Amino acid sequence: MKEVKSQASQTGAPRKQGGLNAEIQARIGHQLRAMYDDVVRQGVPDRFADLIRKLDEPGAQVGGDTEKNSGRD
Amino acid sequence: MPLTNQLRDDILASVPSLRAFAISLSGNGDRADDLVQETLLRAIANIDSFQPGSNLPAWLFTILRNLFRSDYRKRRREVEDSEGNYAKTLKTQPSQGAHLEFEEFRAALDKLPQDQREALILVGASGFSYEDAAAICGCAVGTIKSRVNRARSKLSALLYVEGAEDFGPDNTVRAVIGGNG
Repeated sequence: MKEVKSQASQTGAPRKQGGLNAEIQARIGHQLRAMYDDVVRQGVPDRFADLIRKLDEPGAQVGGDTEKNSGRD
Repeated sequence: MPLTNQLRDDILASVPSLRAFAISLSGNGDRADDLVQETLLRAIANIDSFQPGSNLPAWLFTILRNLFRSDYRKRRREVEDSEGNYAKTLKTQPSQGAHLEFEEFRAALDKLPQDQREALILVGASGFSYEDAAAICGCAVGTIKSRVNRARSKLSALLYVEGAEDFGPDNTVRAVIGGNG
């Protein structure tokens, strides 16, 4: 991964003040998505499918409802 | 709105990306799944406050993000093993070289300030618009843009050195590198 540095130097990539090398940014974006998508591809683990299914049952007890401000606060 | 079967299916369909967000934030698979579970329970308990037709994933991400932040405050003093834990959540173990590169990336991501890390993940990996990411984080769109830019800049500095004045080679080294061409 460090070879990017020397490649950039050899090709005379612009070294802007605080600027970002486009190739490096592309690599960061790729690594970030690879990390994320690896988890997405695992699908829905049984524990969550079971959890939602149990909530289908009549009289199911739902926990975690003590706080009213669930979301946008 | 009431919890319809459709809504239940939609919530379940969001689970994979909620897990990815939680793992990216926390770096810990077990903790991430606990966060997702708590998010689902909260969402269903508070489903009446969900506006029909609005962005369900964004609503769920908001809940998870807020839970993570309150959880984080509680755990701030704990020493955590974030490196290495994430790898256990992977289905297939990457090759050694790829694994090393991955660990470096994970470690660099963990060094970002939390505000910057979550902004980068939401925009760069989850695929939310700047507007949605701003709503999820409860801040202005411009703030999100600035956090994402700073996150990218810092990751670049941590991983590739190039472009970071603090980490860059001094002029002598730079001249030597340049002299090779």
